[in-house]
Amino acid sequence: MASYYESKDLAKFAEIGKNRPELWDKFIAWYSEATATEGALTKREKSLIGLAVAHTVQCPYCIDAYTNQCLETGANLDQMTEALHVTAAVRGGASLAHGVQCRNIVEKLSM
Amino acid sequence: MMDFEKTLARHQLDLKATAVETLQVNVGKLCNQACKHCHVDAGPKRTEMMTRDGIERCLEILRAYPAIRNLDITGGAPELNEQFEYFVEQASLLDKHVIVRHNFTVTLDPHPLTGRSMESLPLFFRDHAVELISSLPYFQERETDAQRGQGVFEKSIESMRRLNEVGYGRNGTGLLLNLVYNPVGAFLPPEQSAIELQFKDELRKRYNLVFDSLFVITNMPINRFRHFLERADLYETYMQKLINAFNPTAAEGVMCRTLISVGYDGILYDCDFNQMLEMGVSDGLPSTIWDFDFKQLATRDIVFGSHCFGCTAGAGSSCGGTTVK
Repeated sequence: MASYYESKDLAKFAEIGKNRPELWDKFIAWYSEATATEGALTKREKSLIGLAVAHTVQCPYCIDAYTNQCLETGANLDQMTEALHVTAAVRGGASLAHGVQCRNIVEKLSM
Repeated sequence: MMDFEKTLARHQLDLKATAVETLQVNVGKLCNQACKHCHVDAGPKRTEMMTRDGIERCLEILRAYPAIRNLDITGGAPELNEQFEYFVEQASLLDKHVIVRHNFTVTLDPHPLTGRSMESLPLFFRDHAVELISSLPYFQERETDAQRGQGVFEKSIESMRRLNEVGYGRNGTGLLLNLVYNPVGAFLPPEQSAIELQFKDELRKRYNLVFDSLFVITNMPINRFRHFLERADLYETYMQKLINAFNPTAAEGVMCRTLISVGYDGILYDCDFNQMLEMGVSDGLPSTIWDFDFKQLATRDIVFGSHCFGCTAGAGSSCGGTTVK
């Protein structure tokens, strides 16, 4: 059965640049600089952040790319799993934090 | 797609040998381990072993050519060849820089054929100022044992401790202990200096262990690693990764340009990988140690194959780590 996502399509990402190439060029220059260079954060730290964000937005292409990048920057499965727990905890925490709104409204409406 | 020579031509690279600085001698395929990525397909049941005659001929070559500064002894586990200590002793007397590809655990395991203890190796290495290059794919047990076998990590840590005790890896002793990182899977290795920092920090913090340098070596799609790729249906993907990462600067530094590889039977190869693929030196060249011709070999054409993309990917890969300096 065909799937909406095919892992081989990740290799076609650059084809986006076949239309409006000047926008693609600007994007990819910034993207590469932001995610795959040593800076104040190491490339490995950026890879782990990218992995966390990939799971936040649940993008299978990003999950594939950043899992590979984490391995190729020397990260191990313990570190990557901790990054996933940070993802899940912050996402869950964001929902729970909005419970303050709920409580404010209950307080306002209640006698 | 996988034609390495066409790729070289596209980049206008003509890679011939430029010297023979290193004689890399595979003294046998017997090993106390059977690592999953091993391009030699080495293990405890292998019987191929260099004879005393072969060793003596290698020593003659080293004696005759001072330009060959380095003797790099590999295997299998080279220490399991009964002529190993003789080889090291004699090469040291010739004032050669002796390198041994040491797997750590051979010190702690009894000899698989004779049962004799190998525990005197650290002192032997120290007494001959041998440079040790030893594989440790990660600073954790899970990853190391997944590649090298159950129990290997624990033994490697103990072996490293014994080497540190006699001075290896310590500042000022001149006793070089270099580690090798191979990825534990079908991915490219990380940037060498970054992973070296991580290893130094973690091994010091966790085990109070020290070493000199970390070399990253790309897994070559040969023998056991190739079988792993094929079983996991990853061969094409992995080769494409290597091809996409082709780096002409890395290509210029490939080790075959300054090294000649000797098989256990004396046959000559451009490198250890060609040796395992049974790809001898170019036609018309001296093909064994018994007709060794330094001048011809130092300027020889090199025999390439698709596996060479492994040495030219990213920052490059060689027996001494990255080739882009």
